[in-house]
Amino acid sequence: MILSVENVSLAFGGVKALSEVSFDVREHEIRAIIGPNGAGKSSMLNVLNGVYHPQKGRIRFKDKEFAEMDPHQAASLGIARTFQNIALFKGMTVLDNIMTGRNLRMRCNFLQQALWLGPAKREELQHRRAAEQIIDFLEIQHVRKTPVGRLPYGLQKRVELGRALAAEPKLLLLDEPMAGMNLEEKQDMCRFVLDVNDQFGTTIVLIEHDMGVVMDISDRVVVLDYGRKIADGAPDEIRRNQKVIDAYLGVAR
Amino acid sequence: MADADGTLDTFPKLLMHHARVRGGRPAIREKDLGIWQTWTWREFADEVRTLACGLAGDGLRRGDHVALVSDNRPRLYAALCAVQCLGAVPVPLYQDAVAEEMVFPIQNAEIALAFAEDQEQVDKLLEILPRCPALRRIYYDDPRGLRNYKQPQLRSYEDLLAAGRAGDAGYVDAEIGRGSGSDVAGLFFTSGTTAAPKGVVHTHSSLIGPSRTAAELEKLGDNDVILAYLPPAWIGQNIFSCAQAFVTGYCICCPEAPETVMTDMREVGPTYYFAPPRVLEALLTQVSIRMDDASWVKRWLYRQFMGVASRVGGALLDGKPVGLLDRSLYRLGDLLVYGPLRNVLGMSRVRVGYTAGEAIGPDLFRFYRSIGINLKQLYGSTETAVFVCIQPNGQVRSDTVGPAVEGVELRFSAERELLIRSAGLFREYYKNPDATREAKDAEGWFHTGDAGFFDADGHVKIIDRVKDVGKLADGTLFAPKYLENKLKFFPYVKEAVCFGDRREKVCAFINIDPDAIGNWAEKRNMPYSGYTDLAAREEVYDLVRGCVEQVNADLAAEPEIANSQIQRFLILHKELDADDGELTRTRKVRRGFIAEKYAPLVGALYEGKASIHVEAQVRYEDGRTGTYSSDLKIRDAKTFPPAAAKRAA
Repeated sequence: MILSVENVSLAFGGVKALSEVSFDVREHEIRAIIGPNGAGKSSMLNVLNGVYHPQKGRIRFKDKEFAEMDPHQAASLGIARTFQNIALFKGMTVLDNIMTGRNLRMRCNFLQQALWLGPAKREELQHRRAAEQIIDFLEIQHVRKTPVGRLPYGLQKRVELGRALAAEPKLLLLDEPMAGMNLEEKQDMCRFVLDVNDQFGTTIVLIEHDMGVVMDISDRVVVLDYGRKIADGAPDEIRRNQKVIDAYLGVAR
Repeated sequence: MADADGTLDTFPKLLMHHARVRGGRPAIREKDLGIWQTWTWREFADEVRTLACGLAGDGLRRGDHVALVSDNRPRLYAALCAVQCLGAVPVPLYQDAVAEEMVFPIQNAEIALAFAEDQEQVDKLLEILPRCPALRRIYYDDPRGLRNYKQPQLRSYEDLLAAGRAGDAGYVDAEIGRGSGSDVAGLFFTSGTTAAPKGVVHTHSSLIGPSRTAAELEKLGDNDVILAYLPPAWIGQNIFSCAQAFVTGYCICCPEAPETVMTDMREVGPTYYFAPPRVLEALLTQVSIRMDDASWVKRWLYRQFMGVASRVGGALLDGKPVGLLDRSLYRLGDLLVYGPLRNVLGMSRVRVGYTAGEAIGPDLFRFYRSIGINLKQLYGSTETAVFVCIQPNGQVRSDTVGPAVEGVELRFSAERELLIRSAGLFREYYKNPDATREAKDAEGWFHTGDAGFFDADGHVKIIDRVKDVGKLADGTLFAPKYLENKLKFFPYVKEAVCFGDRREKVCAFINIDPDAIGNWAEKRNMPYSGYTDLAAREEVYDLVRGCVEQVNADLAAEPEIANSQIQRFLILHKELDADDGELTRTRKVRRGFIAEKYAPLVGALYEGKASIHVEAQVRYEDGRTGTYSSDLKIRDAKTFPPAAAKRAA
């Protein structure tokens, strides 16, 4: 069990975003969180990487217990994420954006970097190599030096995944990685998510609205509705669960 | 490079020779993880020998065929040569072919071993495995995604290499020694424009001979560099990126990915370059689009200096006398425009550039020559190991393919068919003696199927395929490809298909170029959703009609074919696609197939209808199919009486 969430509740004033949500994530699985709009999916992700601090509940990550995370701590523990509406540096190149993902792994200080001293040079070469491996993995060599703002949306999503991967995370949180993509881009993205899971052994938690994608690639699914967990299980069980059908999926034929 | 004693008569022997005399010089490069990695000739030869050891251990014997399905990668070329080391025959297949298209060659050539680049190619081979039971081994290079594949046929390249290290290198050396120039060096499947593909059998000497003659003509040496970016299954790619490199010892560079070719060109700076006209056209389109978006100063400079270049650039390249003023202006233009342009195109160092495969538009051809790139035409085919005609420096034209190269005999038959006899001719079509007899007569003349004639200077001029040259009902010569090419010389027309044989008039299907017309539409603030939408627009029809009428005006000036002006046309609702069988893999239109598939449209053109309802099956890239239905417009184009030609043009 790499991550478990116990009875987490989050409220903004009178608005209850999450109430008493518990679930766990096993090492090396792909775990999907689904639910209608406003169900609290993104809030859950934000709790996991410390952007929001829940009023109640505990988070267990790799045998350590936290009442709340903070983003920096989450990142150093090996949690990386992508965002629903892409949060890249638009004016920077693909390569530079991915290099920023290595930020926490850089040891040399500002002065060493500025003077390009031996250790700084060695370190940069090593990080550049890691970034290039990700570029190769995601097949974005042709845009390596292109500013991200000039790329089509589907590619930007891929670059964002690349930046998250650059941190070599244990746990990867993906917030709607396929939103707004066409069929081909979705297929590519699915393949990359599966490959990341398979080759790097990264555990993945993802939010997604495309049920075809969710049911195809995830091992287990959590369903939220109005901030509560209404179901949890393998895709097949979820598909047949009456509560889920009523709240979200609609009539299954 | 001299080979007086004739001992370097096979590619493996040439490879070992280079490993000895220029072992430390680069043989092949590839960009990996953002850095160009070099294999020297010595390293390359070592890899090839080790690989050959591994293959021998897997039971590969003299005369066996091995399929290679890969993009241009150093390991592809290593595998190719390793196969040749053992006296076996490499059979490169088009890496973008669908699985179905690989069945015939694999069955026909009794292929037992295959090299596949990655998961995509492995999947295709596994898909056809039930129909190709003889295929017992598939070696893969990139293991990505293949971790959970358990098929017993699969073996990784790394594993083969490891086995080779423990193998018997002495056996491989002995096999290399046993090879001779008359051994088969490769089997190249033709793209099959009309019938099932044919396997063209080339020996070491039929590939090495022409490669050497052409290399000597252009003074290629081991300082030259080429970028290998066309499909390895095409004989030209093999000649330019393998045969000639093995003859002269120059360096082959493999692009990082198919999409990075432009960047790789700039980084590598090839000195020797080949591009089919469509690639040159795509490059020029990019240049034009970017110039259109540039600031007015740059646009003005570009216009001014391109004017100078088109006036004197070609003449300067040909070494003809040019006035001092023009010479100075050109020098200035070189500094401000041509030099930077060549640099952007990655052609700063190109010493010899070839284009071939189809007719090239005169404007397109002149553009490259005028900015100082020594682009020339050549003529050849799979059966002739490419080099039949080459334009020598100083005798370059856009409408001929040049005189015969040394050692090639040419003549035209009564039907105007070009016949060739040379040392570079293929031995036979594999297991197809009928086709061989048909193509190569008793005296050894190869019937090219191309129609043409010698011009006044002894240059060969090709107009069309002999079998496609037809006659209109009134007896006028009808050369469809000649008309289609004239249409395609316009940037807005991507493909054209002309009909007219044994009919009373000529009609055409047009495929617009979505990039060029898309840009044109954007400039006019015309919103559009895609190709199909653009193709149906009235404005686009007007634009295309202008092009058709311009062609008609040109034709009116040529008395023999003035009557074959295009009277009616329509813009097709879909792009012609090799996956749908409408184009060959080398993107030539399959006119007969198209006429059959779209018979109602052809009918409508000739019945004089103003529009026709179409309902088409569309196949998406993921294999699903859908239907498309709409009304296609048909338009008349103005034709010109021969006398009025000058005024209209």
